[in-house]
Amino acid sequence: MTEWIDTLMQGILLGGLYSLFATGLALSFGVMRMINIAHGDFAILAAFAAIAVVEPFGLNPFVVLLVVAPLMGLFGYLLQRTILNRTLGKDILPPLLVTFGFSIIIQNLLLVTFSADTRSLNVGELGTASIALGGDLAVGVLPLIIMLAAVAVLGALQWLFSATPLGRAFRAASDDAEAAQLMGIDNRHIYGLAMGIAMAVVAIAGVFLAIRANISPADGPARLLYAFEAVIIGGLGSLWGTLAGGMILGVAQAVGLKADPGWGILAGHLAFLAVLAVRPNGLFARTRDR
Amino acid sequence: MSLLETRGVTAFYGDFQALYGIDMGVEEGETVAIIGSNGAGKSSFLRALCGLQKTAPDSVRFGGDAIGGLAAHHIVGLGLAMVPEGRRLFPSLSVEENLLVGAYSKRPGPWTLERLYALFPILGERRHNPGTALSGGQQQMVAIGRALMSNPRLLLCDEISLGLAPVVIRDIYAALPGIKAEGTSVLVVEQDVGQAMKVADRLYCFQEGRVSLAGRPGELTREQISLAYFGV
Ligand SMILES: Nc1ncnc2c1ncn2[C@@H]1O[C@H](COP(=O)(O)OP(=O)(O)OP(=O)(O)O)[C@@H](O)[C@H]1O
Ligand SMILES: [Mg+2]
Repeated sequence: MTEWIDTLMQGILLGGLYSLFATGLALSFGVMRMINIAHGDFAILAAFAAIAVVEPFGLNPFVVLLVVAPLMGLFGYLLQRTILNRTLGKDILPPLLVTFGFSIIIQNLLLVTFSADTRSLNVGELGTASIALGGDLAVGVLPLIIMLAAVAVLGALQWLFSATPLGRAFRAASDDAEAAQLMGIDNRHIYGLAMGIAMAVVAIAGVFLAIRANISPADGPARLLYAFEAVIIGGLGSLWGTLAGGMILGVAQAVGLKADPGWGILAGHLAFLAVLAVRPNGLFARTRDR
Repeated sequence: MSLLETRGVTAFYGDFQALYGIDMGVEEGETVAIIGSNGAGKSSFLRALCGLQKTAPDSVRFGGDAIGGLAAHHIVGLGLAMVPEGRRLFPSLSVEENLLVGAYSKRPGPWTLERLYALFPILGERRHNPGTALSGGQQQMVAIGRALMSNPRLLLCDEISLGLAPVVIRDIYAALPGIKAEGTSVLVVEQDVGQAMKVADRLYCFQEGRVSLAGRPGELTREQISLAYFGV
């Protein structure tokens, strides 16, 4: 029994990381109807960027994250303004193709720069520290920090979207881009900001991933897949749904892994398919009367 | 100097020319109506004015400045606001949020939520409903209010009476004096000639992308209008 509670808890905490990956994807789809195929690769890129400064100077990864996340945010804004905005239009293919291209470029750049070896970020004792919960149960401090970060990020975004003028502008531009312009909203700028936020969050996800596990330059596409599954499970347009989606995926993987070490990832995919079969719009999709 | 003055405004959709050189103007404090049958180019003209449709820089002068071809989000800030055809409310925003997003350009002026709720009391009662959960007439009030929140010098209204019952149309047009009292000039597009004659100081009739008639409602005869409107 304790073992199963432990598995469940591990899965839920893993879901925190998944939802961080999923948030940026949900955001760029939600605001500009754009799917960034290179989403996972940008996370890995941010993680390697952090590794590149943490290792030689012996810095604290969490401190480095405070610099890497805003920098990735700025990079995301500029990328959207200079390149990605030009790919948006009635045809949904150009953004897919262009970001697919980025995915390949990033993977190869990382491969050339860092070789195919796996790397990770060391946070010292924190990496293995745990809090005893009584009985045989214990919760890892690091997964807990990641989960709390995910909740904080999603909470902040929820507030941004529902209670600020910028959030209203995001939703308006998403509803009707042309009518939004008539309100004085510069869509190119709004899309840039959305991508900036998406990139900052995915940088957080990438750095946390490298703290928790080993990463290699080719890991991006798998991350994209999990993020995509978490978004779809939770339902598009719902930020808290994204958190739930990440948790469901995490729990499915943890349970599968417990049943058989080879089944973890598969169990996640099966959970995804099951949700898709029962509720094609996801569990928490916001219904819009259009 | 006219508030709005256009010289030879053209509009194209690919190879198709929708406007063949529109000359018209709106004076400060005036209400001007554009009438014309389906496809005459009325919406295309308003879209050219507010920046949604490409047009030559010098063809549109607003407050003396050439604004033709400027980005739509820039033009709102200059004081030219549009109530678009079909209302185009934001479905995921509440009534109040729809109004607030109208103030995005932060142009200073008299219009606030309180003033709008005084103008259209029903919107105050329904402020937390989704904008699209209202009746057609109420949605039109939101669309007008949203445009007013940018404190425009000139308000463009594209067929605000379309599909509404006569009593509702009367309610909406009843707000016009209150809007004009704030110094806002109004340019309305109407298919309903009777309605246009009632509210307008001056009238333009469009036909196949050209101005077919211009004048004051009292000075135009029924025959003139019918000829300009239908071309027969
Ligand atoms: N997006 C578009 N693509 C191609 N042609 C268009 C487009 N929009 C309008 N047109 C054409 O331009 C011409 C003028 O259309 P416009 O919508 O300006 O007319 P209107 O006077 O507003 O008509 P209505 O009273 O039906 O609203 C019409 O012949 C129309 O078919
Ligand atoms: Mg029209």
